Order: sequence, then structure tokens, then C-alpha cells
Amino acid sequence: QESESENKLDGETASDSESKSEFGGSPPVPTSDDTPEVLNRALSNLSSRWKNWWVRGILTLAMITFFFIIIYLGPMVLMTIVMCVQIKCFHEIITIGYNVYHSYDLPWFRTLSWYFLLCVNYFFYGETVTDYFFTLVQREEPLRILSKYHRFISFALYLTGFCMFVLSLVKKHYRLQFYMFGWTHVTLLIVVTQSHLIIHNLFEGMIWFIVPISCVICNDIMAYMFGFFFGRTPLIKLSPKKTWEGFIGGFFATVLFGLLLSYVMSGYRCFTCPVEFNNDTNSFTVDCEPSELFQLQEYNIPLVLQSVVGWKTVRMYPFQIHSIALSTFASLIGPFGGFFASGFKRAFKIKDFANTIPGHGGIMDRFDCQYLMATFVNVYIASFIRGPNPSKLIQQFLTLRPDQQLHIFNTLKAHLVDKGMLGTLEDA
Amino acid sequence: EVDLDERLVELDLRNDSDIPDIPPATDSTPEILKRALSGLSARWKNWWIRGILTLAMISGFFLIIYLGSFMLMLLVLSIQVKCYHEIITIGYRVYHSYDLPWFRSLSWYFLLCVNYFFYGETVADYFATFVQRREQLQFLIRYHRFISFALYLTGFCIFVLSLVKKHYRLQFYMFAWTHVTLLITVTQSHLVIQNLFEGMIWFLVPISSVICNDITAYIFGFFFGRTPLIKLSPKKTWEGFIGGFFSTVLFGFIFSYFLAQYQYFVCPVEYNSETNRFVTECEPSELFQMKKYFVPPLLQAVLGWETVNMYPFQMHSIALSTFASLIGPFGGFFASGFKRAFKIKDFADTIPGHGGIMDRFDCQYLMATFVHVYITSFIRGPNPSKLLKQLLILQPEQQLSVYKALKSHLIGKGVL
Repeated sequence: QESESENKLDGETASDSESKSEFGGSPPVPTSDDTPEVLNRALSNLSSRWKNWWVRGILTLAMITFFFIIIYLGPMVLMTIVMCVQIKCFHEIITIGYNVYHSYDLPWFRTLSWYFLLCVNYFFYGETVTDYFFTLVQREEPLRILSKYHRFISFALYLTGFCMFVLSLVKKHYRLQFYMFGWTHVTLLIVVTQSHLIIHNLFEGMIWFIVPISCVICNDIMAYMFGFFFGRTPLIKLSPKKTWEGFIGGFFATVLFGLLLSYVMSGYRCFTCPVEFNNDTNSFTVDCEPSELFQLQEYNIPLVLQSVVGWKTVRMYPFQIHSIALSTFASLIGPFGGFFASGFKRAFKIKDFANTIPGHGGIMDRFDCQYLMATFVNVYIASFIRGPNPSKLIQQFLTLRPDQQLHIFNTLKAHLVDKGMLGTLEDA
Repeated sequence: EVDLDERLVELDLRNDSDIPDIPPATDSTPEILKRALSGLSARWKNWWIRGILTLAMISGFFLIIYLGSFMLMLLVLSIQVKCYHEIITIGYRVYHSYDLPWFRSLSWYFLLCVNYFFYGETVADYFATFVQRREQLQFLIRYHRFISFALYLTGFCIFVLSLVKKHYRLQFYMFAWTHVTLLITVTQSHLVIQNLFEGMIWFLVPISSVICNDITAYIFGFFFGRTPLIKLSPKKTWEGFIGGFFSTVLFGFIFSYFLAQYQYFVCPVEYNSETNRFVTECEPSELFQMKKYFVPPLLQAVLGWETVNMYPFQMHSIALSTFASLIGPFGGFFASGFKRAFKIKDFADTIPGHGGIMDRFDCQYLMATFVHVYITSFIRGPNPSKLLKQLLILQPEQQLSVYKALKSHLIGKGVL
């Protein structure tokens, strides 16, 4: 049993020996071997250590290939995939809750959890979809009403679930029911909001979706490799297999990878243009005049690097500078998402979130580092890249009262005169 | 060293009845009241204490209203902090986690972060002209989301670094407890403040309706109560529920009629940058202008009038009172269930005879969100100051094109 534990090469999960000794009274979550038979047979000759390596390697390649395929298929498919991943993650975390509290038979609770997931998704999708599909929504009468009173309808749906929860409270089970209620809400907060931020990023331009996710994956792999070859100083007690050498090596490798990937992707419109819904063809289009971020510019290399690199200037996309910020976050703060998940698994004495992917664990195990990345990218875009949408502002303006409209108009006029954009008050 | 996580693993699987009770809280009734009422029997003494404190709270409420919106905002903030403190303290007592490293500091830090975020989003809009003048504030406003997120992340990373072996489960519980509490108390309180800025009437009528429903349901239950309403709260009765509903609707109707006449209550709160004060002066919107309504034939026979002069707002008040009477109590049942789940009698002992601040505000919990959603869905359009703020962030060329579009629209409408 001990030698088996050393073969586990996944640095993110608690070490086998520790978790097995801590199982104590609570029954461990069953860990059946999900590896497909064909792989089992092909690798039956190798020792278990190399077999594990091969299984992980093959599945990694399979996941990356799958990633490329869905990118090729376009934004709609990507959105659907994000939705499926979100549902699976939610399911995994809720199932852990049931196992922790042995509450699988609690009255109503499975139904209520899924109902709340539906409500929150309806709310978020309604808010996003209304913005992007504005003209489509305005045309169809039922959609228009749903969109106009969207918040009220979402709130009413949520309230129904809340009242059902209160009515379902059963004597002697109160504590458990409140725990599951809290567990559901925290899970929704983590899983559903992140997935919607990812979709917002996606609609900004596929590059804002692909580069962050790839940086996190690259950091995972690079930190592991650097740790494997050079690792000596442990990083944090939570994950004993992480090392400082892996951390720092992974950081530099990821920044470099981000720069290169951004360079390649910035050349293609299908990655850099915001996703728009074309009302005439009723499909998504990614076609536009690339913004300044994606136009090559000449940069002067700082003197320090000139001697190293040998060039005086370099042609780069401004987006590559932003990619440095994204990769830095992915390497320095992203791992905290992984540590959080490790701590969670140790707290609830589980080895993996689930057994969906052979050799890797559950979907959550793959996505724990992505957790913070999506929020960061979204906040980054909102703060430094995109400003508010002028046409949307004009739409909102038209719904105001005349006196409010006049007030805003006059303030804007004074502001523009101040800036010298308008000649004089009389000319305007 | 005690392995707290092991203990929790066993506790989590146990039935409610097996969980030990939290030691009862001490009696914090002031001495002076105790001496004044020492002659009466325990039952009447309790009645008197509750009564006096009720009157004290209501008077305090009127005083704050008189002092204005800014004081009200401060009051809401203090209540939010106190509610948060009460719920977190319960968490500590449930899990005996008072000595957990860092945790007390982290809880308060998260409260600060979330408040900073919300105040920056809402309040900054109202102080737009004040902010425009100062350079440092402009920077804070422009990158507000990024700064708030960075602050939150710092707390998150500190939490991860503070995880201690054998305490993992406990720490995760407290982390989740903190976040759910923030979700409940802080978001509600900010919605209350947004309602307040819409016009004091949107703050006063809902809160008073909930309080009225509390009191009238109790009184109807006391005199006519026979059929129990829900197992969670055995003292509630259907008679009280229905009687409370009708009284609250009537109360809301009459109260709105009085408040709708005064600009002080009806106008949105605005910040006057010249006088550096909040002002509530405006042309009352249509909601607060008397209209003639035709009484439906059914009621004509009862009332004897053919038409009646009412404010449109009174119609909305019916919706608000209905929610306060029918759904508001679910907030109270939720709090009762919570108290039973964790075997506590009251949230705290802040108010003698009544319990903690949370005990008074549990029914208000859902009301604030409902009023906010109601206003955004049925009453008001987008917020003008927020729109202005976004216009000023645009690039100069975009501003110019927007300016031209607005100008042609206003000329077309004949406003310019």
C-alpha cells in the first residue's frame, strides 16, 4: 500500500498515506478504477508506476485535443461546454456534501439544490443574453416581457425555492438541512458566478478565454516538470509535493508561453473580435476591425535587455503586454485556488472530487486553479480594457425623464467644453 | 493536541438531539428597569419590559427619521455590523472556534472588503460631483472593482495560508459561515440604502409594514388564535396570520397616504455639492400626485362613494404590504429554524426582552430585496447619476458622438 502511494504523481491531492490514515470512522468515498478496458489491456505489461504516467499522459492529450476541437466549433459550442462543466462541478461538490453529512435521503433536498441551480442560471443567462441578443429579444413578444421583468421573475423563482426550503424543515434534521442549504449557496456562489464570468470573457473575444485558461494549464504542467527535475524546497504544508523551484520555474515558463501564444493568436480575427449575434443571419459572427490592442506596434526595448537580446526595437501586439499580467496572475495567485481545493479535500477527507477522468479525478480537480482566474480576467477587462458601451448608454438615456435627460446633456456639454472638444458654449 | 476535525466528523453525522446545547445567554436587562418592576409577577414583568423597549425603539426610529437620510444611512450601517457580529459569534460558539488563528481578524476584514465594494458602487454615484473635484478619489472610483477584488484576494490568500492541520474542516466551516452571513446581511443592508435614496417613503413604508404585521399578527393571535400555522413556530396561528395580513394592508394604505404628501419623504435623496448636504427637494413624480380613481361597483355599495382621490403610490403600497404579510414571515420561520438547528434561544442579548438585533430584523430580511427588485422592475428606470458617471469615462471621441446623438434627440423632442 505504501509503495502505491508514492506512485501518485498528482501534486494537488493529499498524499495517499495521510488521507488513508485519517479516514478513521467515516467510510471513504468509493474510488473505483474508471480507466477504460482498452487502455488497461494495452498497458498491462508495464509496471504500475509507468502505467499511471501513461494513463495520465493519454488523458491529458485527449483533453487538450478536445479543447482544440471545441474552439474550432465556435462560441456557441464553447458556451454549451462551459455550461456542462459548470453543472458537473456543481453536482460533484453537492455530492460531496451529501457524503459528508449522509444526507442523501433528506426530504426535498436533492430537488431543491437543482432548483436553485436552475434559478441562478436563469438569472445570469437572462442578464447576459438580453445584452447580446437585444434586437432578437425586442422582436419576440414573450421574450420582451420576460426580459423587461427579468429581475422580478428571477427573484420570484428564488423566493419559491426559499419558501419550499422553510416548509421542508423537519424536526431533528434542522442542522443538517441548514448545512446543506449553506453548502448549496456557497457552491452556487463559487461555481455558477465563475462560469458566467468565463462566458462574459468569451464574448469579449475568444483570446480572452483561451489565453487565461491555457496559462493556468501551462503553469500546472510547467510547475510540475520543474518540480520533478529541480524540486527541493517545499512550498506549502498543504500540498507537500509543490516546491519553490517548481513555482518559480513555472512562473517564468508561463509568462513566456503567454507571450508566444498571444502573439500567434492576435493575428487572427476569429480570436480577437468580440462575439456578436447577427440578426439577419441568426448566427454568431466574429468579424470586426481589430482594436488597437491587436495591431502590431513598435516598442523600444529597455537598455537592460538590449544587450541580451541584441535588438533595439521589437514589434509586438499591445495585447502581449496584457498577457504578461494574465500569466503572472495565473502563476502567482492561481495556485492559491489549488491550495484552497487541497485544503477542502483534506478537511472533508476525500482524495478527489470525483472519478470522472481516469488518472485525474473529477472535473473540479482540473478546474480548481481556474477558479480565481476567470474573475480576475473579467475584473481586468472591465477596469483596464473595455469602457462602457456607448450605444447601450444612449439606450438607457432614452428611457429617462426629460428633466433628467436635460441635466445629463448639460453636464456632458460642460465637460466637453472644459476639455476643449467643443468650441464655445455658443457653438455647441 | 485535540484533533478538532475528527470531533467534527462525528458531530456532523449526529442527529440534532445529540448535539449539546449552547449555554444560555445572560440576562442583560438594565438594573433600573428591574427595580421599577420588582413588584410585578414574572409574566407581567416580561410584558412591561417588552412594551417599554418597543416604545423606545419606535421613538428612536422617529428621531433618526427626523435627523435625515445621512443619519439613517449610518443607522443602517451600524445595524448591519451588529447583525453580522451576532451571527459570526453564534458560529464561534457552535464550533468552539473562538481561538482559531486569524479567524476573527479575517471575518472583520471580509466584512470591510465587501462593504467597501458596495459603498463604492452605490454611494459614489450619488457623490459624483463631489468626487469629480478630487484627483485621488477619481483614481479610486475608476479602478474601484479592481481594488476591491485585490483586497478580497488578499483575504482569500491569507485564509489559505492560515490553514492549520487538524483544523481544516473547522476553518472551512467558518469561511463558509462568514460568506453566507455576508451574503445575507451586507447585501440586504445595501439594498435598504438604495431604497432609501430612492425616497424615504420606500424605506419607511416597507419596514413599518413588517413591524405592523409582527404586532398585529401577535395581537390577533392572542385574542382569536386557535389553528396552529407551522410546526416551526408553534405560537403562530392562522387567525393571526390572516388578521395581520388585512390590518397591514390597511395600515400601509393609510400610512402611505400621510407620507405621500411631504416632499421630505417622497423625493429622491440628492447630494448638493454647494451646501455639502443631502437635500430632498423636487417636483413630486406622478406616483405622488393625487388622482381620481373609480371605485369598483362592489365597493361602491359598501363605501357609498363613486370616486376616490388617492395617490398611485397607495396601490404600490398594497403590493408591499401583501409581501410583508405573506412572504415576510418566511424570513422569521427561517430564523426560527436556524435557532432550533443550532439550539439557541435568541441571536444575542442586545435588547432586553427582545433578544438580539437579528431577532428584530429577521422578517425584514426578504423585504429589502423585494422592494429593490420591485422598484427596478416597475417604478424607476436606470439611475441618472450612474449613467452620467459612465458617460464621463468614455473616450473623448465617443463622448462627442454621444453628445451629438443626445442633442438631436432632445431637439427632436422639443426640449432644447
